[in-house]
Amino acid sequence: MKRTVFLCGAILSAGLFAGNAMAQTELSMWYHGAGNKVERSIIVGIINDFNASQSDYTVKLEEFPQAAYNDSVTAAALSKKLPDILDMDGPNMPNWAWSGYLQPLDIPESKLANFLPGAIGKWKGKLYSVGLWDAALAMFARKSVLEENGIRIPTLDKPWTKDEFDGILAKLKATGKYDYPLDLGMNDKGEWYPYAFSPFLESFGGDLVDRSTYLTAEGALNGDNAIAWGNWWQSLFQNKYAPGTSESPSDQQTGFLDGKFALQWNGNWNAVKAMDKFGDDMLFLPAPDFGHGPKIGAASWQFGVTSESKHPEGAAKFIEFAIQDKYLAQFSDAIGLIPATSTAAALTKNYAPGGPLASFFDLSKAQATLRPVTPGYTFISPTFIKVAADIADGADVTDTLDTAVDSINADIEKNDGYGFKN
Amino acid sequence: MSKRTRTTSLERHDLTGWLMAGPMIFLIFMFLVLPFVLGFVFSFTNQRLVSPNPTQFVGMSNFEQLLGAGILVRQPETDANGVLKRDANGDLEYQSIRSYTRNNPDYPQYEGMKEFAGFDWGDAKISFVVRDLVFVKALLNTLAFVIVVAPVQGGLALLLALLINQKLKGMNLFRTIYFMPVVMSIVVVALLWRFIYAGDHGLLNSILGFLSLGAFKPVDWLGNAHTALWSILGMSVWQGVGFHMVIWLSGLQTIPVSLYEAAEIEGATNWQKFRFVTWPGLRNTAVLVLIVITMQAFALFAQVDVMTKGGPLDSTQSIVFQAVQRGYVKQDIASGSAISVILFVLVLSISLVQRYLTRERT
Amino acid sequence: MARNKTPSKLNIALRYTVLVLVALVFIFPVVFMLMSSFKPDDQLLRDVSSIRAFLPIGDISLDNYFAAFERAPVATFIFNSVLVTVVTVGAALFLGSMAAFSFAYLNWKGRDFIFSIILATLIIPFETIAIPLLLEVNNLPWISAQGFTIGWLNSYRVQIIPWIGDGLTIFLFVQYFKDLPRELIDAARVDGATWFQVYWRVIVPISGPVFATAAILKFLVMYSQQYLWPLLVTQSEQYRPVMVGLQYFFQLNVAWGEVMAYLSIITVPVLVFYLILQRAFIASIASTGIKG
Repeated sequence: MKRTVFLCGAILSAGLFAGNAMAQTELSMWYHGAGNKVERSIIVGIINDFNASQSDYTVKLEEFPQAAYNDSVTAAALSKKLPDILDMDGPNMPNWAWSGYLQPLDIPESKLANFLPGAIGKWKGKLYSVGLWDAALAMFARKSVLEENGIRIPTLDKPWTKDEFDGILAKLKATGKYDYPLDLGMNDKGEWYPYAFSPFLESFGGDLVDRSTYLTAEGALNGDNAIAWGNWWQSLFQNKYAPGTSESPSDQQTGFLDGKFALQWNGNWNAVKAMDKFGDDMLFLPAPDFGHGPKIGAASWQFGVTSESKHPEGAAKFIEFAIQDKYLAQFSDAIGLIPATSTAAALTKNYAPGGPLASFFDLSKAQATLRPVTPGYTFISPTFIKVAADIADGADVTDTLDTAVDSINADIEKNDGYGFKN
Repeated sequence: MSKRTRTTSLERHDLTGWLMAGPMIFLIFMFLVLPFVLGFVFSFTNQRLVSPNPTQFVGMSNFEQLLGAGILVRQPETDANGVLKRDANGDLEYQSIRSYTRNNPDYPQYEGMKEFAGFDWGDAKISFVVRDLVFVKALLNTLAFVIVVAPVQGGLALLLALLINQKLKGMNLFRTIYFMPVVMSIVVVALLWRFIYAGDHGLLNSILGFLSLGAFKPVDWLGNAHTALWSILGMSVWQGVGFHMVIWLSGLQTIPVSLYEAAEIEGATNWQKFRFVTWPGLRNTAVLVLIVITMQAFALFAQVDVMTKGGPLDSTQSIVFQAVQRGYVKQDIASGSAISVILFVLVLSISLVQRYLTRERT
Repeated sequence: MARNKTPSKLNIALRYTVLVLVALVFIFPVVFMLMSSFKPDDQLLRDVSSIRAFLPIGDISLDNYFAAFERAPVATFIFNSVLVTVVTVGAALFLGSMAAFSFAYLNWKGRDFIFSIILATLIIPFETIAIPLLLEVNNLPWISAQGFTIGWLNSYRVQIIPWIGDGLTIFLFVQYFKDLPRELIDAARVDGATWFQVYWRVIVPISGPVFATAAILKFLVMYSQQYLWPLLVTQSEQYRPVMVGLQYFFQLNVAWGEVMAYLSIITVPVLVFYLILQRAFIASIASTGIKG
């Protein structure tokens, strides 16, 4: 089906515009998914459709491996070699906008009305980026395991509380059937940490930085609530409820599926695999509520226009073209991510109302929390990675949090408040 | 045989000398010295990787941030009558270090410092506090790494070279096998060894358990602050030893067989032959091996980046890892440059001492 | 060493036992890599904790290799790496040995000062100069078919030229040249040879071993360790080398089987290069006798 549509488009464009004398403007575009065949085929599909749909612009794609993407973009920005369009991981957007890599994105608000909040990137009141999907985390579990141990299945309205969750972990641990009751994916010491774990901190009432001013982390990251989070976090590893920072990469990938872990804190991009294995027994549960509401991270990859683009209107046109529901649905079906709009969700296999992953769409709408929207996030993120790893490894909680606050504050000071002073 | 004619050294070859060395000198100045000088300049500014804020000259501030240190003396607390306060166990009470180093206007010199080490002196507690605890740890870890890895790797490489230098069949095969890890990149090797060192289902633990018939208790090699650095060191030695074996091997060939024959006639033991014939003949090779290992060890980065990211509890932080963390990840290129300047000065002074010591002997 | 006494059979068996045991220590991760490359991910990750990791058992196939070629332009990456490496190694050996000749034998103004600066550059870890170097090469001129251009990014030359100058290569050669008998040079000079002729006709032919050592060292740096720099200076896939290519396999779910297959493939060129140089290493063993 898709192919015929595309072919028709191509033939149409060839027929209609082949004789067009007007020179087409080339727009270069960077994407982080090198090595991912499925993403590539969809992106190329969108680009071909776009190129065929109008005669002013042709978009040309260059892909980068994800692990190296940010470094490549930074290097290009330093040497003034940025493309017209690029995609970025949501929380990096403010830094790139502040540093001057990006220019505001000219897409009418009306087009974005139905979008999940996590798919829209705004900085200082201006739109800079928009995503075709969001990701969401859930507690992967098996109905049979929960029932066997008399554990209540939580709902969005009534999630597990902290005490309940601790009790569940203790109970599962006591069965002796599992290597660990819970897996958190601690071996992946990268953006996974703030994405997956800082929402716990926020649910405890702490935060990475004081979001009322964005000028200090004092009180937010080392206040009583944050210390409570730190103590709880440390207890998970001291009680051997979850594998620590030295977890083997193999365990994280297969442990839950092999039954070594009873629960796993995991992303929806792994949901399809788990459903294939456990079928109806598979559950995707909301995050526990640690006192200030259940929370999960928001914002995934989004598209924006760089400051070096000489044709921002064309670049915006392409992005506007790409955020059509049908493409959102294609991405979702292919890689399991949450489509950014409810109308697109209805078109998908998994997220349509009643679909097997529909709960993720609701999760994302109800609990998704953005990571701090500040250019300083680039510094906050590695700082939090170290905090979460060190506390898990047994470091003194208060000391570790104080050190992190000091270094975040020093960084904010060094950067003259990242534009928040005035 | 190698009698040297002294007259030639009086001849001058300014033009030819420059012409022959010129291309290489130009390239090194262009692509090593110049960027290093630029980085040196960065280290005295507040330069960011990318930032809309103007770059300013900040003097030595980056170095003070990295190397700032002080000594904090805490006297036991007394009550209103000047009597020493004691807690429930009868121990003296002290104000916490945190109360001095955080938001205490009376002690601005300690602001933000952390305790690195401490000891008791009478009733007083004396603490060595540093401004950047992570960097100080990185510095000490790297030094420890260098001090251990240089003799261990050099020594093992020599043993392997002696082993492979026997006149037996199939030595080509063994030499190739011993060289295999060198051929694989350190990043690749570090990836593989994460599986091998894993604590819960790791290969090394399984093998040790199997060999000891289950008596061996599994160790979380990379997850334990006491074993992580040494595990990385073990892997680094494993990866690099083959290369230094080859250097030793070529050194071994320069020792005339006649010397061994003479030693044999005098009835020397194997150890005596090594001590009085082999070792003296290897002095130049030893200097080369030592220098190469030391340089590589100071640049410790990829293993840490792939395997531990400096953890657990900073036990595997290294100087270059910190330079990259700050310069790239945290975008503070000025601080990253300052670290590389410190490293440069450190290694330069060590190699000057090394050169002085080796010069004295010859 | 103990050549005169004929060792007993027991002695020989003992020696081989030691050799084989040591060989096992060095080869087990390599075997692990190779065997894993034939297994599907699930099995690979399950086998990791037991002796099965070293055995070609279970569901064995070449699927990972096909998948690896499908996922990434593996041949392009290998071609790029080999091209960049061979050109760099060749240029570094030629210019480095010539410079070393000058440092070792010629007497010129500024020689000792410059040599000590070159030795000091050995200390600079590349990571710490990458950004200044990036800013520099982005402003360098170049003349090509398209005429005069500014900026070297996204090319082969930006991956080659900055890496030719290398203090360690010079140092290796200088150490070696200093031990060669001076008479060889003097004799050639008396016969009227220029200094370049002395270098090219007298010194190079008897320096096989040091060329081999320097070549393998430089090869390893260029082929197996080039990651950060190409990442910063190449924007298009057509210029990427093997270590950047490795990142194609680290998706949200790492395809470990394909990673192992890819690693096995990219190790082949280095192994071939080493086996070619084996001869020169052996030659080194014979020819360095003149040193004593």
